[in-house]
Amino acid sequence: MTPKSRLHIPQPSARPGDAPDFSYLSLSDAGAVARPDSDTPASQIENLASDLVRVLDDDGIAQGEWVPDLTTDQLLEALRMMLLTRQFDARMQRAQRQGKISFYMQSLGEEAISIAQGMALEPGDMMFPSYRNQGLFIIRGTSLVDLMCQCLSNTRDMCKGRQMPIMYHNKQANLFSVSGNLATQYPHAVGWAMASAIKGEEHIASAWVGDGSTAEADFHYALTFAAVYQAPVILNVVNNQWAISTFQGFAGGERRSFAARGLGLGIPGVRVDGNDLLAVYAVTQWAAQRARQGGGPTLIEHVTYRGGAHSTSDDPSRYRPKNEWDAFPLGDPVMRLKQHLVNTGYWSDEQHAALEEELKTFVNEAWKEAVTYGTMTEGPRLDVRVMFDDVYAEVPPHLERQRQQLLALREQSE
Amino acid sequence: MSQMNMIQAVRSALDVMMHKDPTVIILGQDVGYFGGVFRCTDGLQEKYGEHRVIDAPIAEGGIIGSAIGIGVNGLRPVAEIQFADYIYPGLDQIISELARLRYRSGGEFFSPVTVRAPCGGGIRGGQTHSQSPEALFTHLSGVKTVMPSSPYDAKGLLISAIESDDPVIFFEPKRIYNGPFDGDPNKPAVPWSKHPGGEVPEDYYSIPLGKAEVVEEGDDLTIITYGTMVHVAQAAVHKAGISADVIDVRSLVPLDVETLKTSVEKTGRCLITHEASRFGGYGAELVATVQEECFWHLQAPIERVAGWETPYPHAFEWDYFPAQDRIIASIQKIMEAV
Repeated sequence: MTPKSRLHIPQPSARPGDAPDFSYLSLSDAGAVARPDSDTPASQIENLASDLVRVLDDDGIAQGEWVPDLTTDQLLEALRMMLLTRQFDARMQRAQRQGKISFYMQSLGEEAISIAQGMALEPGDMMFPSYRNQGLFIIRGTSLVDLMCQCLSNTRDMCKGRQMPIMYHNKQANLFSVSGNLATQYPHAVGWAMASAIKGEEHIASAWVGDGSTAEADFHYALTFAAVYQAPVILNVVNNQWAISTFQGFAGGERRSFAARGLGLGIPGVRVDGNDLLAVYAVTQWAAQRARQGGGPTLIEHVTYRGGAHSTSDDPSRYRPKNEWDAFPLGDPVMRLKQHLVNTGYWSDEQHAALEEELKTFVNEAWKEAVTYGTMTEGPRLDVRVMFDDVYAEVPPHLERQRQQLLALREQSE
Repeated sequence: MSQMNMIQAVRSALDVMMHKDPTVIILGQDVGYFGGVFRCTDGLQEKYGEHRVIDAPIAEGGIIGSAIGIGVNGLRPVAEIQFADYIYPGLDQIISELARLRYRSGGEFFSPVTVRAPCGGGIRGGQTHSQSPEALFTHLSGVKTVMPSSPYDAKGLLISAIESDDPVIFFEPKRIYNGPFDGDPNKPAVPWSKHPGGEVPEDYYSIPLGKAEVVEEGDDLTIITYGTMVHVAQAAVHKAGISADVIDVRSLVPLDVETLKTSVEKTGRCLITHEASRFGGYGAELVATVQEECFWHLQAPIERVAGWETPYPHAFEWDYFPAQDRIIASIQKIMEAV
């Protein structure tokens, strides 16, 4: 019999009711991967796209050449920021369940990526976040009240009531506007980086997408442009194993890593333990240095796990084992940094519990303030007149006419 | 003043703006060393350098997407899409990102990208090099859409487009790059030097976006059109021997409603013509606008002459093209109505 072609339908390693199975994940030991100089030619470091850069071992001890130069105070601050992100997420998740906001997306389990990268990049570097990078907004000092007011679409909403929850921006802090269309920010980051190079500035850009969105054309456009012009940009793929219900095999992750996507273009790829704050920090610093010294783009794949549902509209118990996160070999990023700090003697369970309480109170206070600016159901409302602003730099006559039509209707009905 | 064709006028606009504003850069396929397949950027890379006139990979979505990022970082990109027919891979970036960035970010971010694209038929381009997709863009909120019909307008409007902080889709009707065209392919080509629209100042000047132009004045009929069809409509009016206002809207969005209204209130009769196919075309919006604004002044139903609702066929180009005979037939219909 001659073999026939077969349509391959990727299957995840476990479905609801099955025992979780992460044997498909290729892991390296902490400290096992050598750290090349940041100006090493891409062709000499292709191993970084399949190995896994890890610093913290299973006992929380930092190992190997990638151990970053971070003080204890910096690590404690990182822990605080990760916990703050987690408390913020928990509060907003609850707000959605209470009907106070329409929608929410947690970053549970992925906090180390945003916090470590936010620490490793310079304030002048431009960030093009995806929808699960709230940690970037937090580490760059956006007030929780502002983030909450965006989710509430209230009178203090930075987006003036025009966007679903979580589509934040912070121009002052160099954080681009989050888009609901996936991967569109990738070519923006490359263009921004090209402009930085054209102007002869040293600022770099950084963008984030999930494993699922690597299938979008924009991902490939961005890699091509970044490679062609050697743009000073860090392109991050947050591989949290799941794109709503499709596991990373449906984005083409079954045979090669996402980090390897750049190799064909000569872009170095680095696969990093995304739940290891020290490793993410070290790899980001390496890529940033490379970009700043004219070495062009780096593609970083962060191996992590989406601890929560895709969004408040999703129910992952229908497509993956409930206890899958518990079995994830790279653990929980908060617990791993905590363990490291406890090991070094600078932190304790008691201090950790106290910090959690402190942050919970802080978040609750912010929420109390945010709702004074209005919610979807009560309190002050945005003036509907702003609906017609900012479509263009100046309101053109046809939009002014439509605004007046609407206002006349509202006056009649009052 | 010098004599310029539309290619030279576009180039002159780019040159003037690159000289005046060091943040203006050009990005597109073949625009750099070679100077563009239509020569619109010829000599500009030599003059302004490889960092300001940049050859791009063949990826329209990447050209527009990266231009957005370039614009966010303080430069003023002019992206060339080699043919309007190739713009579709960039549609998501135009619709979801470029058009809405200012709005969605509460007015804080914007990207002043100008997208230039040669459009229209009459060059034996078949269905992949002849399209007029302007209606896809006029439907969007947040971009302006422009199409000039002469070298003079092309330069003045392109300068305004580049200076605008709003994104502008700038369509160049390529059939009239080298000379006005009255719709008859069998007549010898006429150069722009024989037309007043070919007189173009070498220095800076601008024509505001959102202003239509009455290119010919008359009493009995208003013809509203743009692009190549401005010249076809004028020729049809002369051949039909009637007295008509011919209005070139120039800026499709924002639309100069007042100029249309003033004319139709005067003439009481209106014909709308464009090269793009009819159903859901920009002409439908013009008909609706005239009907809303001028209904009680109309003495006859509004007529629409457009491309047939087929793809632009290679072998039947001149059967597809809405030429003088079709316009004259519609003029007669309008004028005969009581």
